Amino acid sequence: MPDIQEVTVDDLKHLVSEKAIQGETMLLNMGPQHPSTHGVLRLLLELDGETVINCIPDIGFLHTGIEKNMEAKTYQKAEVMSDRLDYMNPVGNNLAYSMAVEKLVELDVPVRAQAIRVILAELTRYQSHLVWLGTAALDLAAMSMFLYCFREREYILDVMELCSGQRMMTTYIRPGGLWRDVPVEFEAAVRNILKTFPKRIDEYEALLTRNPLMLDRTLGIGRLTGEECLNFGVTGPMLRASGVKWDLRKTRPYSGYEQYDFEVPTRPEGDVYARFLVRLEEMRQSLKIVEQALNKLPMGPVRSNNFKFVPPPRSEIGVSMEALIHHFKLWTDGFNAPKGSIYNAVESPRGELGVYLESDGGPKPYRIHWRTPSFDNLQSIPLMAKGVLVADLVAIIGSIDIVLGDVDR
Amino acid sequence: MDKKLQPIIEELEKEFGATSTEYRGDASLVLPREKIVAACQKVQGLGFELLSTLSAVDYWPQQEPRFHVIYEFTSVSMNLRFEIRVPVPGINPSLPTVTHIYRNANWRERELWDMFGIKAEGHPDLRRILMPADWEGHPLRKDYPLGYEEPQFTFNFEEIDLRKPYAKE
Repeated sequence: MPDIQEVTVDDLKHLVSEKAIQGETMLLNMGPQHPSTHGVLRLLLELDGETVINCIPDIGFLHTGIEKNMEAKTYQKAEVMSDRLDYMNPVGNNLAYSMAVEKLVELDVPVRAQAIRVILAELTRYQSHLVWLGTAALDLAAMSMFLYCFREREYILDVMELCSGQRMMTTYIRPGGLWRDVPVEFEAAVRNILKTFPKRIDEYEALLTRNPLMLDRTLGIGRLTGEECLNFGVTGPMLRASGVKWDLRKTRPYSGYEQYDFEVPTRPEGDVYARFLVRLEEMRQSLKIVEQALNKLPMGPVRSNNFKFVPPPRSEIGVSMEALIHHFKLWTDGFNAPKGSIYNAVESPRGELGVYLESDGGPKPYRIHWRTPSFDNLQSIPLMAKGVLVADLVAIIGSIDIVLGDVDR
Repeated sequence: MDKKLQPIIEELEKEFGATSTEYRGDASLVLPREKIVAACQKVQGLGFELLSTLSAVDYWPQQEPRFHVIYEFTSVSMNLRFEIRVPVPGINPSLPTVTHIYRNANWRERELWDMFGIKAEGHPDLRRILMPADWEGHPLRKDYPLGYEEPQFTFNFEEIDLRKPYAKE
């Protein structure tokens, strides 16, 4: 086994200022075990007293080679890995992957499946924002927020468990539709969420929105303009908090989002506080979408009946020879996707979640690339961190809402 | 293809000698690698503010070109999207950097170097990003094998443990 090569200050000379080499400023590692880095993010900070002069992110601690692994699996089996990318938004990842495969092989999705996809994707967005709110507020020392948010998150995870049997890694959305129809208890469970959650958002607002400590820690911190955001590839709530009204659900609607009436909240300030307000408003809008989708949830099948790509229902396998053959072929060889490449993006809770999928005509993806929003959002941190205090840097990291599984893939 | 996108694609085709294709309604341009910086400047000037992603595909064992580097552009102001593909040969693969045009290309080009070994010439900080600094090889190349770990069961735990490559005291 070769010796482990250490990264020395010499390797990073071009990234820090001259003063750090002479020892006038201090180099400090923040992370990868620091609790406010939300996982395994390492930041090399150059500090002058308590002021950050340079911030050099070091990522890759959670790299699991998902893109490489997916290339070795058939289309159905590769989907299971997509849950593990952004583990706060598993349903959104499934949706992005399924839509990419559907675009490649030209599959139609029944309207009922589309509506259920929207409901689950919005609930997942809500729970992702809850985790963000809890942890970001915890970074600012608002301990009780964390407990409230995780209490509410359980209700949503219960719905996921009801549908798919899994709380987080659901793999419920499949290419061509859903794994199976939602159970009868689903509607009551979602209605319960719709009834209780708006009041809970008011409670969070009462605790935080006008809290002087919160305002002190967030107002004017980590400011980004709209142009800077776009130039750095920053998307999602961070972009909208900088005044750019760009939401893929509205601008390039997919899965029937065009039928629902919802607002895209924006703020002009572009600081940590604006991101907080935008995300809170997004939570309300998510509930609004879920309510509309649930009210006009159509009846019908939840899976495409193109059995060349979608497994036939269990009830048919016992009586139809053809269904049995399709089932056997799909779960042994998989299906062959036509040759070509596509790029498809959906709006994840963190921004544009894109899938680049290329097929060589075989049963496995030839190349699958995930454009994960956290990767680009995190890149803007050296810009935001310049000249702030270390304590403010913690607030900035919280406001980006990074998920390291999403960054490192 | 979008009607607003049609003239933009035609303009780029004429100016940079590119060839365009359309697949599932998405436009894609193939450009020689010498022209990618000028093309990116032009594309940004045309209102494509966002470089959605930058990645590559490996067509090994084909050598000329072995890689296609893919740039996905998004226009927030016009709500358009298209793709540029740049063929890169397998021997000494490199292409000019676009970091000074799209700032988020910085990490994406580091990832390109890390995963495919394609050098971005003129990149300010070309280090590995996802893999450890002392890693050998470029994992997303097609000639790089997918590794595995032998599962240990009670009957063969010690036997496998002996040859397992991890730190022991």
